[in-house]
Amino acid sequence: MSRLRDAFLRSRREKRMALVCYLMAGVPSPRSFIDHAMACLEGGADVLEIGIPFSDPVADGPVIQEASVVALRNGVTPPKVLDMVRELRERTDRPLVLMGYYNPIFRMGEEEFVKACVRSGADGLIVPDLPLHEGGSLRLACERNGIDLVQLSTPLTPEARHRALMNATSGFLYLVTRTGVTGGGSADGNGLFRMVERSRKNDSELPLAAGFGISSPEHVKAARETGVDGVIVGSALVSLTLLETSPQEVMTAVRELAKACAPG
Amino acid sequence: MNTRFGEYGGQYVPEVLVPALQELERSYEQAKRDPAFTKELESYNRHYGGRETPLYFARRITEMCGGARIYLKREDLCHGGAHKFNNVMGQALLAKRMGKNRLIAETGAGQHGTATAMAAAVLGMSAEIYMGEKDMARQRMNVFRMRLMGAKVHEVRSGSRLLKDAINEAMRDWAGSVESTYYLLGTAAGAHPYPTMVRDFQSVIGREIRQQLLEAEGRLPDLLVACVGGGSNAIGTFHPFLEYEGVRMLGAEAAGDGLQTERHSATLSCGEVGVLQGCKSYLLQDEHGMVKEAHSLAPGLDYPGVGPEHSFLKDIGRAEYVGVTDSQALEAFVMLSRTEGIIPALESAHAVHAGMREAEKMDGDEIVVITVSGRGDKDLETVFDMGVIE
Repeated sequence: MSRLRDAFLRSRREKRMALVCYLMAGVPSPRSFIDHAMACLEGGADVLEIGIPFSDPVADGPVIQEASVVALRNGVTPPKVLDMVRELRERTDRPLVLMGYYNPIFRMGEEEFVKACVRSGADGLIVPDLPLHEGGSLRLACERNGIDLVQLSTPLTPEARHRALMNATSGFLYLVTRTGVTGGGSADGNGLFRMVERSRKNDSELPLAAGFGISSPEHVKAARETGVDGVIVGSALVSLTLLETSPQEVMTAVRELAKACAPG
Repeated sequence: MNTRFGEYGGQYVPEVLVPALQELERSYEQAKRDPAFTKELESYNRHYGGRETPLYFARRITEMCGGARIYLKREDLCHGGAHKFNNVMGQALLAKRMGKNRLIAETGAGQHGTATAMAAAVLGMSAEIYMGEKDMARQRMNVFRMRLMGAKVHEVRSGSRLLKDAINEAMRDWAGSVESTYYLLGTAAGAHPYPTMVRDFQSVIGREIRQQLLEAEGRLPDLLVACVGGGSNAIGTFHPFLEYEGVRMLGAEAAGDGLQTERHSATLSCGEVGVLQGCKSYLLQDEHGMVKEAHSLAPGLDYPGVGPEHSFLKDIGRAEYVGVTDSQALEAFVMLSRTEGIIPALESAHAVHAGMREAEKMDGDEIVVITVSGRGDKDLETVFDMGVIE
């Protein structure tokens, strides 16, 4: 059983949603990033998702694009992200998931990249520009090395493909709440409800987490109504780090989000 | 449909776009088999686009080179001033057939954006064009043309503010609008089925060359030359000849300040295999897989990727690719204007240079066909600012 899946199942038992916090590695600086990441965990994040910067982040909106630019300007590379993961691993038992585009992974070599992730202590991997039918060999490399490769499903994904994604994913299934890129707008509550419903019919155990457009405690509460197991908050937190908000303030923001994950 | 050319190509896109690409593939396959679709496209090509374009025997530059007989395929005479029309008309008719009335497109030199604006106007559709801030500054006339024909032009300020970034922005738009919008990609790159579909629509260039040269000379060419940015006019020129082993093919890439410098766009000559904007192909990238900024005097060539079929043709040795520098292209731009009275696009001037260098080495009974992908009116401001003409 993976640490990632466990985290979702634990929060399910505790009758609350798991909170996944996304930060871009090395933003606003490599040092402050570690402090912000720890602030998220102390504020109540169940899972930390760490972005690997890429020159052409096509699935991301303006905030995470800007964060990529800042990170690259700060000299952040995939090996340096893995160093940051290693440092965080020494300080937390909670699951750490990497989110990065495919070309840097392909460039390093899939097997080598996955092995390096495992060595650094990462628990999972999300690759937003690698759809199911192109990701076969990376999936096998992840399976061989005991790390979760998380698949994404969207409101436009047809039924059969959604089932295939549920079968292929590990750790949890990432439900993209609406079409478009990360950040801005707001989650489509009805769309998410339907996605959760059709997922449960197929497999009631697999943890489901909703992301894209969830930025406030109100959005989190709305997501809870759909019965989803977790929420992923990215751009809203990345905005704070870009403004060089103090770790204390980031922790306060995360605490509010975590509170909204629990009933009452 | 095969999604790859050897190992190249594929469909590396966010999951949200997968259903749209599958729908596009199905619709294109159906359209291709429908004689009514082909007939309508041919009618637009002929009566609206001015096809077929001439295959012109360039006597003066042939004499200047003193080698092979040089023919110019005059895509600069196509409506809108470039080969971009061929692909745009095909895809716009397909979009209409699919019931998607909003077209979005990226543009570098502005030629693809202009062609998209034209097609949207004539078919009664709406068009929104993404264009890098730097390109908007150096191709102002095309921005005016697009706006005049009713298209909305979005200035892209992210990344290198060039063609690559305009594609990123168009893909982001599409991810949020995919149910109502058709993404009209301008080159034979991107995710499957674009490389195949764009090639098919551009292959009208090569088919006409074959027919016209058979009429003029009773034989096939010895060498085909075309410029390669994303590679659509080149693949359209080459593809109908792939089965004829005696026909050599040469792609001219932008060597910018020189292949030994960091400032060029010679993806096939200097790049390494990677994945960008939907497909696996050669790519200008650093050791960590970050995409490098491409440079060329010609805004339609400064793309750090290249169409996957060219990567395949390079690997199997079926086509060769050479770099042509900014100054060599500029020289060819002026030379062709003075010698033949034809002002080529700066992009096409790369092909003119490469073709003439090859022709010099060939015998007088051999034939070179150079595709002049577009006309150079759009580049006059750039060239005048450089002080080339007094």
